[in-house]
Amino acid sequence: MADQAHFAEDTEQFMGSLYSAALRMTRNPSEAEDLVQETYLKAYRGYDSFKAGTNLKAWLYRILTNTFINAYRARRRHPEETELEDVEDFYLFHRLGGLEAAAAGRSAEDEVLESMTDEEVKRAIESLPEAFRMAVLLADVEGFSYKEIAEIMDVPIGTVMSRLHRGRRALQKALHDYGMARGLVAAES
Amino acid sequence: MGDHGQAEFDCREALHRIYHFLDGELTPVRRHEIESHLDGCSPCLKMFGFEAELRRVVHDKCRDAVPDSLRRRIAESIDHEHASAAAGDEGAGSQPAAEMIEEREGV
Repeated sequence: MADQAHFAEDTEQFMGSLYSAALRMTRNPSEAEDLVQETYLKAYRGYDSFKAGTNLKAWLYRILTNTFINAYRARRRHPEETELEDVEDFYLFHRLGGLEAAAAGRSAEDEVLESMTDEEVKRAIESLPEAFRMAVLLADVEGFSYKEIAEIMDVPIGTVMSRLHRGRRALQKALHDYGMARGLVAAES
Repeated sequence: MGDHGQAEFDCREALHRIYHFLDGELTPVRRHEIESHLDGCSPCLKMFGFEAELRRVVHDKCRDAVPDSLRRRIAESIDHEHASAAAGDEGAGSQPAAEMIEEREGV
């Protein structure tokens, strides 16, 4: 079993990504800090029951997700929407395709992607309804497998795949809309 | 070119599995099928490349620096938890000194 004395050094490496995930979930820096602190405390208390050598990152994310769902989501006054408008596949690619690259050796599409700011990407993810947002951040930002995401979110793998598919399409539309707002995609016309 | 219908079928099949491919969730056989298709199909390769690049951009741009205040809070709350647990352990098997003196005098 894992040793509490090693907790700090074992878990330190995940603090940054847990904090990022908390920010995307709560969309509020102060709540995100509370959420991460509570997560670390619960993880510390339960560390004796964690099987050393198994997936510590997934274990921590399960605690983070459960804590978020129980403590923060419950408090919200407005019910979170679960509806997501249908967006076509390859939404972003279809709208960027055909642009001319400014620099040789790089596609115009890749240039547009790279020019997106951190803020735009974060806000785009945060604009997704919660269930889809969590699936996308667990897969695309944190690199968890479908099975790990299913365990973290406590849903069937089929649900994970469906949320990812729809969430990613919605993310592409959100990124496109932010890009449009910045005049990035004016070249379309 | 030869079987035009077959070529279209492969593109649709490949694009249908694009996310499973990029997520590393395909069986080795399926993965190889798609890689073979990409070797010979630059339109599909372009789309796969774009989706992979989008994934990388999302991953790279979602970083946040942990505030020092949060690090401190976490360290303090764990230290406090550790201290409470230690104090609890000491109390379990022994009486506080003050209580022991009271009992002796009461005899």
